[in-house]
Amino acid sequence: MIRLEKRPNPSRAVGMMTPVLAVLLTMVAGGILFAALGKNPFVAIKTIFYDPILGEFAFYYRGQLLVKGGPLILIAIGLSLGFRAGIWNIGAEGQYIIGAICGAGVGLAFYPADFWFIFPLMVMAGAAGGFLWAMIPAILKTRFNTNEILVSLLLVYVAEQLLASMSLGLLRNPDGAGFPGSRNLRQYEAAANNELIAGTGMHWGVAAAFVAVILAYILLNRHMLGFQIRLTGESPRAARFGGVKPNLLVVFCLGTSGALAGLAGLFEVAGPAGQISIDFNVGYGFTAIIVAFLGRLHPAGILLAGLLMALTYIGGEAAQATLGLPAAAIQAFQGMLLFFLLAVDVLTNYRIRWAKLETA
Amino acid sequence: MDLSSINPLVLIAALMVASTPILLAAIGELVVEKSGVLNLGVEGMMITGAICGFAVAVESGSPALGFLGAALGGAVLSLLFGVLTQYLLSNQVATGLALTLFGLGLSALMGQGYIGIKPPATGDVNFGPLADLPVLGIVLFSHDLMVYVSLALVAAVWAFLKYSRAGLILRAVGESHEAAHALGYKVVRVRLAAIAFGGACAGLGGAYLSLIRVPQWTEGMTAGAGWIALAIVVFASWKPWRVLLGAYLFGGVTVLQLNLQAAGLAVPVEYLSMSPYIITILVLVIMSSNRGRAALTAPAALGRSFHASS
Repeated sequence: MIRLEKRPNPSRAVGMMTPVLAVLLTMVAGGILFAALGKNPFVAIKTIFYDPILGEFAFYYRGQLLVKGGPLILIAIGLSLGFRAGIWNIGAEGQYIIGAICGAGVGLAFYPADFWFIFPLMVMAGAAGGFLWAMIPAILKTRFNTNEILVSLLLVYVAEQLLASMSLGLLRNPDGAGFPGSRNLRQYEAAANNELIAGTGMHWGVAAAFVAVILAYILLNRHMLGFQIRLTGESPRAARFGGVKPNLLVVFCLGTSGALAGLAGLFEVAGPAGQISIDFNVGYGFTAIIVAFLGRLHPAGILLAGLLMALTYIGGEAAQATLGLPAAAIQAFQGMLLFFLLAVDVLTNYRIRWAKLETA
Repeated sequence: MDLSSINPLVLIAALMVASTPILLAAIGELVVEKSGVLNLGVEGMMITGAICGFAVAVESGSPALGFLGAALGGAVLSLLFGVLTQYLLSNQVATGLALTLFGLGLSALMGQGYIGIKPPATGDVNFGPLADLPVLGIVLFSHDLMVYVSLALVAAVWAFLKYSRAGLILRAVGESHEAAHALGYKVVRVRLAAIAFGGACAGLGGAYLSLIRVPQWTEGMTAGAGWIALAIVVFASWKPWRVLLGAYLFGGVTVLQLNLQAAGLAVPVEYLSMSPYIITILVLVIMSSNRGRAALTAPAALGRSFHASS
């Protein structure tokens, strides 16, 4: 009979090991899934995890690693702050869309002028858009005690409709022969978020993600507010006695994650995506939730987790092209990863004991 | 625009059909939450139910078997959540999210070969002369069986929670798992049963979408219906009859905006399409602004893990 015995303190060593264990378990389960789909599991896993980094065509894929990882890391860093304090913003996808719409809107308003300040202004507009969209659940939470999980998520669907409306209406390319979608920002020099170093995939959004990782680390380890976030997560009662203002934390955590998601959206629309279109959002806001947990809500962990998750995207595309693996298989694979992660997490807080069955 | 084309009786009949998926999912989630478990994976279970039901119905040619398969699929997926939260004591919010993300991926994977196929038709229940009654006929006696099943389920859940001993135990587990455990009730088993029931209901709701309401399979076809079901449970203050009210209210908004779209109201389609979500948020705000009452009606142990120390 297996029994769980609570550890006096969560084990740090096990805590570091669980993400690795979860990834390995997911590879095994994923292999079984791929085998069930009629693919060779070893080839599939190698195509997803090995080839994009060290394979024959790795020079093409390596750049993509940062392109996909940047937004994931940027969003996940913001989410992790709230998750630590038990404030659940799961509507990052919506904030990402609104940030992109606001930023692109500002850029397109200046078209075809060429000023140096257009791109910085767009960045600010993107962050502000995401921030304000996240303020809706934040203010409803602090003012009316409304559940922020449901509100932030429902707002994703509202944002998706807004995106459709924008790409068909207000922001539609007037020279686009009636096709939906805005002008391509990459062809508009003053508003484009181009690669900083050719061939690396490094653009301003990736740089912002690295800065966010460093700032989040400093905030959590060296700043009073970061301490309050951690305290609230570990012991809400103690936090209240310690003078933490819960409403302030809600506004800060939701606002920061919203602004970062908005930034990610702006950098994406001005760079890799290029334009506002109906299918602009591809689920980074939801995958970032997995990234945040896989990184154990720690900035350095999120950096690694974001790159790993980007690898599954890229490897997934490669496997789609070479093996005909369906795109949905990767989505299921990513979902499995979060399951295994949560399952093995029990080892951080509990010990497994083999005990004889006895009557209580 | 031509508002006279909207017939109120047809509207009410359509409303009942539009509400049924959410009603089924919400009544299941109500039982889960009454047992003290917050399962945020309703969306994932619904979409898995939608594809399980669709696949079974297409392969077997029987919608009834389809619904059975959907309930089974939803329940199996929910037990994944059950094992994680009840035995491995994982965080319920995170695990529920994982269930949704996994369910969306899994359903897309399972639905690969089913895009563009029409499912076998589900017939309406034949009430004979009752269906020809002037007003009641079209509103009450012109639906498929699942509409009546969903209504019966609401009544059954209400009676179960209010009058049966098992319902009392379930509520006790949800209010104070420590006390229920001390009395000798199997907290984990009760909760697993509730979770499986919630999963089966969500699966039925999803299958109703893919087999009757739409009827087709498309990826991500639930489009937030699971999340709205969660919101309706809060709106209902965890009372079964209010779940019915909430679901029909939401169904009414959905049907009305679709009718307004068809009637050519001078508002862009996108803004009409977002109205159900916005109204759900508004209703949530109104219900939760009354702090004292919301705190009183929510099950006291909602969302807390239970680990028997002895």
